[in-house]
Amino acid sequence: MLAFILRRLLQSVMVMLAVALIAFVMFRFVGDPVNSMLPENASTKDRQELRTQLGLDAPVMTQFWIFVTGTAQGKFGISYRNKRPVNDLIAERLPATLELVFVAALFALIVGVPMGVYSALNRHGIVSNVLQVVSLIGISVPTFVTGILLILVFSVWLNWLPSFGRGDVVKIGWWTTGFITISGLKSLVLPAVMLGLFQVTLIMRLVRSEMLEVLRSDFIRFARARGLTDRAVHFGHAFRNTLMPVITIVGLQLGSMFAFAIITETVFQWPGMGLLFIQAVNFADIPVMSAYLILVAFVFVLINMIVDLLYFAVDPRLSVTGGST
Amino acid sequence: MNISNLVSVKTVVHVLDSDLVYSFRKSRVTVIATIVTLGIILASILSPWIAPHDPFDVATLSLLDSELPPAWVEGGDARFLLGTDNQGRDVLSVILYGSRISLAVGFISVALAMTFGIFFGILSGYFGGVIDALFMRIADVMLSFPTILVALLVSGIVRGILPREMHENAALVVLIFAIAVTTWVQYARTVRGSTMVERGREYVMAARLVGRNPFAIIFRHILPNVLGPVLVIATINLAMAILIEATLSFLGVGMPSTNPSLGTLIRVGNEFLFSGVWWVVIFPSLTLVVLVLAVNLMGDWLRDALNPKLR
Repeated sequence: MLAFILRRLLQSVMVMLAVALIAFVMFRFVGDPVNSMLPENASTKDRQELRTQLGLDAPVMTQFWIFVTGTAQGKFGISYRNKRPVNDLIAERLPATLELVFVAALFALIVGVPMGVYSALNRHGIVSNVLQVVSLIGISVPTFVTGILLILVFSVWLNWLPSFGRGDVVKIGWWTTGFITISGLKSLVLPAVMLGLFQVTLIMRLVRSEMLEVLRSDFIRFARARGLTDRAVHFGHAFRNTLMPVITIVGLQLGSMFAFAIITETVFQWPGMGLLFIQAVNFADIPVMSAYLILVAFVFVLINMIVDLLYFAVDPRLSVTGGST
Repeated sequence: MNISNLVSVKTVVHVLDSDLVYSFRKSRVTVIATIVTLGIILASILSPWIAPHDPFDVATLSLLDSELPPAWVEGGDARFLLGTDNQGRDVLSVILYGSRISLAVGFISVALAMTFGIFFGILSGYFGGVIDALFMRIADVMLSFPTILVALLVSGIVRGILPREMHENAALVVLIFAIAVTTWVQYARTVRGSTMVERGREYVMAARLVGRNPFAIIFRHILPNVLGPVLVIATINLAMAILIEATLSFLGVGMPSTNPSLGTLIRVGNEFLFSGVWWVVIFPSLTLVVLVLAVNLMGDWLRDALNPKLR
């Protein structure tokens, strides 16, 4: 058990180091940081000073070490475009993205799981067939098109919901939240639906196929033979065994929702990390890009590790030989 | 002469008689999807000749024609079937030219990714060892991130390397490169897997005993046997490449508005949504969705048809 956890941790650290190396190479060798930070007419002396200040005259290995230790403490350097510390930029933007992803994931679960269970239990019903077709189309429609359609219908034609920004936000410490104002909540609806919709179709299909699988297994047949009610069989036995793989997939999807938030935030001008990243890509603002890369990689590695450990904790079959990871 | 003719007729009959063609004709959805895809491809290739207007010829544009609704809506003009945008450009023509770019980026990036993927996959599957381990670790890391993120990152880095004034002209190349770099891993993975299986087969052993050199064995003997699954991935990836291109262009880091693809058109049209000018954004979106859906359906069918388990 302990050996497994240690090995898993080591693996995660290696991945993070690899990502840090990519980020470092990006920062150091894509364009000249000194030229990007100083105005065109800066003197040679200024350039030399900045070079020393950034530590660019040290050996490359030393630079990498400084970069890694700095990053581990949350020091990401200074944005080329805004001339401000990247940490400040991220701290401003992070709450918006986290709230968006959280609400979208909640929406996906609340809608997707019941739909999946329903279409597994009534496999040949009209409603489940409609759901299947709709979800197939849903997977083929690019998310930004979904977003545009949502805006067109609910903001332009019906004029019910706002189509950009976060509405009024309240500051609690450094965190800004849109959860406690009406306009904040209203602004959350469309972006969260857009970000969650793709996951809804995914979760629905997953729950459906998992549940169909479980319903075919022997212990369900025996439960029926014992004379249990449909309700007890479906929800006490089948549903509980369906949830395990669903939780892992949803966990892994949480990471990719951060990435897809880039698109949502662009469509709705949502002031989160994704919008920051897109602006950085557009201006080749390398420090912001590498900071974003490291943060997202961290989220991914963390979620992956938690899911692996959860598997290990839940599935007793893995614990005998220590698994094959 | 006569004999070779006979052979080709025989081959054609043989092909038409195969399981694949039979299952294709049986699946009505696939037939429709193929017709739609071919139709869009044909229309986009022929766009300079069939487009009712030349949207890039400024002399023919008139601001008097700007923001006209589609022909069947009140106030529409029969000259502009799908309406016009804010500069008076015909939406239908712009879509035709736009899908040409989308398809070009799709096909070229798939071909590029396929070539690299097959090459590296087959080498690392045949030889194994350190190179194999290195490639597969890279593949692991790349596959664990969403493709759109990797594509964004690659295009960001390339933009950082290129001088700023080159961005617009190089956009097409940057896009193709970014998509190919993001997707080659999937081919490499698959090809590596099947190569490792083929490597142990008797015909490979025989070729080795005869003393053929390793590269001849790899490219003359093994390559034809590992191409099947690649075809499926390529079809599905064509839809994905088109989608990534559209997304990047929509996000503003793809094709510039002077040379728009479908994604660029959607981004530009999106800005006019609030003035009630819905047709400028809806029709390109619709084209994109139909195209991606059709290619996806073809890919799904091909995957099932080539899967021996489902026969």
